[in-house]
This record gives sequence, C-alpha cells and structure tokens, in this order.
Amino acid sequence: MTFDSNAFLIIFTGSLIAISCGFLGVFMMLRKMSMTGDAISHAVLPGIVIGYFVSGSQRSLEVIIGAGLLGILATLMIDWLRKKARVQLDASIGITFTLLFAIGIILINLLAYKVDLDQECVLYGEIAYLPIDSWITKSGLNLGPRITWLAGLNFFFVSGFIYLLFKELTLTSFDENFSSVMGIPSKGVNLALMSIVSYTTVSSFESVGAILVVALLVVPPATAFLWTKSLMPLLKLTAGLGISISVLGYYLAYWIDSSIAGMMVTVAGGLFGISVLIHSKKPSWLRGTSSVKEPFGV
Amino acid sequence: MEDFVYFFTFQDPSILWVVLGIMLLGIGSAYVGTFSFLDKKALLGDAISHAVLPGICLGFMMAGEKNPVYIVTGAFISGGIATFLSSWLKQNTKLSEDTIIATILSVFFGFGIVLLTSLQKSGNPEIAGLNSFIFGNAIGISEADLMLYGGLSLVIIVVLTLLLKEFRLMVFDPQYGKAIGFPMKTISFLFNVLMILAVVIGIQAIGVVLMAALLITPGAAARFWTDRLNPLLILAAIFSVLSGILGTYVSFVLPQMPTGPWVVVFLSLFALISFLIAPKSGIVSRFISRKKYLRKTHRDHLMKGLYKAKEEGKESLPIEEIYELYPYQKAQTTKSISELITMGFIARNQQTIELTERGNSEAMRIVRLHRLWELYLNESMNIAPDHVHDSAEQLEHLITPELEALLEKRLNYPALDPHQETIPREKNDLR
Repeated sequence: MTFDSNAFLIIFTGSLIAISCGFLGVFMMLRKMSMTGDAISHAVLPGIVIGYFVSGSQRSLEVIIGAGLLGILATLMIDWLRKKARVQLDASIGITFTLLFAIGIILINLLAYKVDLDQECVLYGEIAYLPIDSWITKSGLNLGPRITWLAGLNFFFVSGFIYLLFKELTLTSFDENFSSVMGIPSKGVNLALMSIVSYTTVSSFESVGAILVVALLVVPPATAFLWTKSLMPLLKLTAGLGISISVLGYYLAYWIDSSIAGMMVTVAGGLFGISVLIHSKKPSWLRGTSSVKEPFGV
Repeated sequence: MEDFVYFFTFQDPSILWVVLGIMLLGIGSAYVGTFSFLDKKALLGDAISHAVLPGICLGFMMAGEKNPVYIVTGAFISGGIATFLSSWLKQNTKLSEDTIIATILSVFFGFGIVLLTSLQKSGNPEIAGLNSFIFGNAIGISEADLMLYGGLSLVIIVVLTLLLKEFRLMVFDPQYGKAIGFPMKTISFLFNVLMILAVVIGIQAIGVVLMAALLITPGAAARFWTDRLNPLLILAAIFSVLSGILGTYVSFVLPQMPTGPWVVVFLSLFALISFLIAPKSGIVSRFISRKKYLRKTHRDHLMKGLYKAKEEGKESLPIEEIYELYPYQKAQTTKSISELITMGFIARNQQTIELTERGNSEAMRIVRLHRLWELYLNESMNIAPDHVHDSAEQLEHLITPELEALLEKRLNYPALDPHQETIPREKNDLR
C-alpha cells in the first residue's frame, strides 16, 4: 500500500466528484427525485455521442452542451409523459431513460468508425488512467491531469450553485407550494438543478462512468440521511462520506486489482449497510426487556 | 430485401430458434411487467435488472466458463437478495422508496462492475461473452441457452396464466384478498420470484441496463388501449413480441448492432404511438374531445342568448348583436351559427337569427338546467345567489336527464330561480 502523487491525484479527484454529486444528491433525495437522477445519468448518453461526433473530441464544449440539453430533455419528457400523456411517474421515468439510453447505444454503434467512444467506458469509466492523461498547453506546460481540472471546475460550479441558490433550493425541496407563494419560480429552480446534475454527470462520466455517478448521487446522501435530519449536517456528512468513500475505494481497488470507480460504489454500499444496521428498527430480542410497551392498538 | 425474406421465412433454423426464444421471453416479461406496472412497482424491475450483474459474475467465477445454469442461478440469487433488501429497507428505515431503489440499483451494479473488472483482468478468454449481458445480444444465444431461457419463460407464462385470479387480487385489492382467505404474502412472494426470473432470462437478449424497458413499456403502452386486464396482458405481449422480432431482425441485418437497444427503440415507438393516438385516453383524442366539448358549450351558450332575448320579448336577434354577445370570438360564433343551422336548432332570416321549434325546446332545456342548478346550490348548499352562476354555467352542459329529474323532485318543481327568473318548462313556456 503506497501513497504517491498518483494515489493522491486519484483520491483527490474522486473526492471532488463524490462531494459534487453528494451535494446535488441531497437535494434530489429531499425532492424524492433520486430515480430522476438515475434517469438523467442514463439519458445524457446520446448527447455525449452527438457532441463527440460534431466536435470530434471527447473533451469539447459540444459534448457538455449536448449532454446538458439531453438531461433537460429527459426531465421535460418525464414531465410530459406524466402530465400530458398521464403515465404514472415510475413508468414515465423508466420509459424515458431506457429510450434515450438505447438511442445512445445505437448512435455509438452507428458512428463506431468515426467516434472513438467505447460503450463500456461510458458505463463505468476508468479513473485509474487519470494521471497519464495530462492537460498540456500549447507551449508545452504540463498543468496536471485534465480530469482533475474538470472535476475541480465542476465542484466549483456545484458549490457555487448551491451557495447562491441555497434558500431557493431548500424552500422548493421542502415546501413547493409555499415557495410558489413566496414568488420563487419552483419550476425554474427545478430545471436549473436538473441541468447542473446533467453537467455533473457529463464531467464525471469519463472518470467514474455514467452509471456509477448515480451511486454517488444517491448512496452518500441516503447514508447521511440515516444519521441526521437537518440539512446542514446532512450536507457536511455527505461530503465527509464522499471523501472516505474515495480513500477506501482507491485502496481496496488497489488491493484486489479491480475497478476503482466500482470499488468506490461498493464501499459506499458497505457504509450504507452499516448505517442501516445501526439505525434500522431493531428486532425485539435486541431491544431487551426494558423497552417501552406499545400502547393498545385500535 | 433478400435479408428480409430470408429472415422472415425462417429458412435458417437458428433464426427460427432465436425468434421463438425472443417471443417467449417477450411474452413472459410483458406479462410480469404489466402486473408490476399496475402494482406501481415498475422501477423495482429496473433495480433487479441492475442487481443481477454481481450474480452473473459470481456464477461465472464458480463455473469457470459461461455455463447458463450457473449464471441463471447466480443472477437469480442476487436479484432475490436485491428484492428482499428493497422491501426490508422500506419497512425498517425512514428512506423513501425511490431512494432505496436507486441505492440498491447502483450499489449492486457497482459491485458487479468490480467483479467484472477483476474477471477481465484474470485473462479468462471466455469473459468476452459476459459483456453481452450488459447490452444484450439475442443473435449470439446458443441453442442450449435458448432451451433453458425459453423453458423458463414458458414456466412464467404458465404460472401467471394459472394463477391469474390470485395476481389480479394482489394488484387491485390485496386487503380484500386477505380478507377472503388468500395467502397474499405467498402470492406476492411468488410474484417477486417470477419477476426476478423474467429479468434473469431477459438480460441475455436485452442487457442489464435496458431490461427495465421490457418490463415497463409494453404494459404502459397497452394501458392506453384498454381498461380490462385480459386484453391488457394480450396487447402488452403483442407489443413486446413485435418489437422483439423487429429488434432481432435489425441486429441480424447489421451484425455490429446489439439487439437490446433496438428492441427498446421499437417498444418505445409503440408506446409513443399509443400515447398519441389511442382512443379515449390518447393525447390526440383527448384534444379532439376537448375541442368538441368546447364547441358544444359555445353552441349551448349561443342558444341560451337567443332564449334570453326571447324572454325579453325579441323573437329574433341580428347577427351583429350576437357577435357582440361573445366579443373576440367572431370566427367561433360564425361556426357555431352555421352548425346550429345544420342541426336545425336555429333559422336564419336575412341578417337575423331566431330559434326554431326544436331549437326552442333545446334552449329551454339548457336554461332550465342552469337555473335548476342555481336554485339547488342556493337552497341546499346555502351559497349566496350572486355566487351560483359560474358553477351553473359549467354544469348546464353536463347534467343528465336522470339528474335533472332528481333535481326537480328534490326542489319540488320550483317556478323561480334565485334571481327570480322563471324556470322554463314545456307546459308554461313563453309562447
């Protein structure tokens, strides 16, 4: 087990991504939109492929714009199916993301000879190659790994977004009607949140893969929610969990020689499992005899 | 075209096998999926389909090769654990259902990726086949696999058909089922088993990520065409089989194409078409019937206007005056007038319009309903007379003759409405 600059870079980048996702995930969870996050992370795929095809490079602005547009499109489509076509919510989520993801895979296969985009890499990425992929300016200056910069930028945007719109996000998450009465455009706030979720998905998909972004969006907030009920501790705990997930995930993956991103999720699942065991309703034999008697039921 | 004929005449026995397999599989998952859709558990199928990945990898590790029995068993066990965990977490934590499902889905999938990566690094040459589980490849299924998967689909279909009544109870009214002595817990356990089985056999053709579509979309699409369970199941199965065959055909013609995404695209196409054009609940027909209703209300209002003019002693109204009654709706008003003329309710004489005999009794009916409802609101609901007009304006188009008779009886055949206007009836009309 070693700690060198590569390990540091990977853990640092992983933590940045995990914290950005976690922050957004907290609000998604409070809005009962965790599955929408899942849907968005699948649905950005065609946008990524088209952006890649248009620009010819995986790291262009077009990719981010394409994915952002698709993320918003997915949100709107879910909404349209639910309100206009009157499909129940879970089914509209399922139909939307499977359709968009399927189109993405078909596009990858259609453009396979023009687009150097691997469907597996989109699904689970590989953070381990991050130190090799440096950002080198035209004058030959090595500025360090590109993905770390991307993750840093993303982290900056996400924390800026949450800092600036904290009041609006909180209000619309807990009491949408009240926020409308206060004059906060709850639909606009919602769309903004969805756009930044899709942006985060795109900028993370290279390193952790589109599907594992979901895990980082959902699992740390869910774990933190088992420990606390108020918002600020929830955010802090989520950030802490994000960091510990990437440290533990990196070393465990290093140890058994496997996917770092996958291991990060596995660790997140492990921490979630432990929290559930501590905080779930205990069976009666664990509570002992001193437990409060239930009042007579009706 | 040659490909088309070659494929659809099933000269090649292997194509016949694949199509048969896809059909069985499609029917099985559409059946199960429709029930889970009605049970509002559509996304549980998504969670299960992601959650089978670690089981597939473990099965592969145990067997050391791509042995369908090991893989199906492994997938079944990990799908079962995921299902159990999701209901356990729901009962024992304060997390909401969608958070639980997303958590289980991503954690199991992440763990599956860890196992898959380790397997890939182990250098076993057979591992290439394992990747097809993620995106699905129906053409690549061997005949032995097909016997197993087709057989299991057949089991699902038979069990669901035999226990149709029980599952119907589970979906629509589990409390009642329990009350009349059905073991609802066992039934829902059995259903979960069938759902996991359907997922496990479906991923071979459709892939882990897109399996949810095969469960959710056929039921959702078919739901637009019918309200009855049996036609719903049959229609869902037809959608699913058609898209299965079309998807297989595409990946037969273009061998680099995976089957799953195409099946999903065809399924979604069926679904979107259903959402748009299905009779009654489709978007287009809802739009049309709304337009129709709006036109009818406009016609009704126009006749009411004519009747009121008659009450004031004017036998006919000039067209210009009618336009002024409904400002900014000239086109609509012109259309209503010509429609009413065709229906024989009004007659046009130069630039004036009057009610015909039939039109008069129809207008009387509308005004009567309006005033009866106003009186009812005022007398029985204690709503002030100046607040009752708007509600009556809407209900005058909806009240049925039965309801009218009830209102008359309840109000004891009144003569005047709250605004002291006569409630018109055929006997004491104005003529």
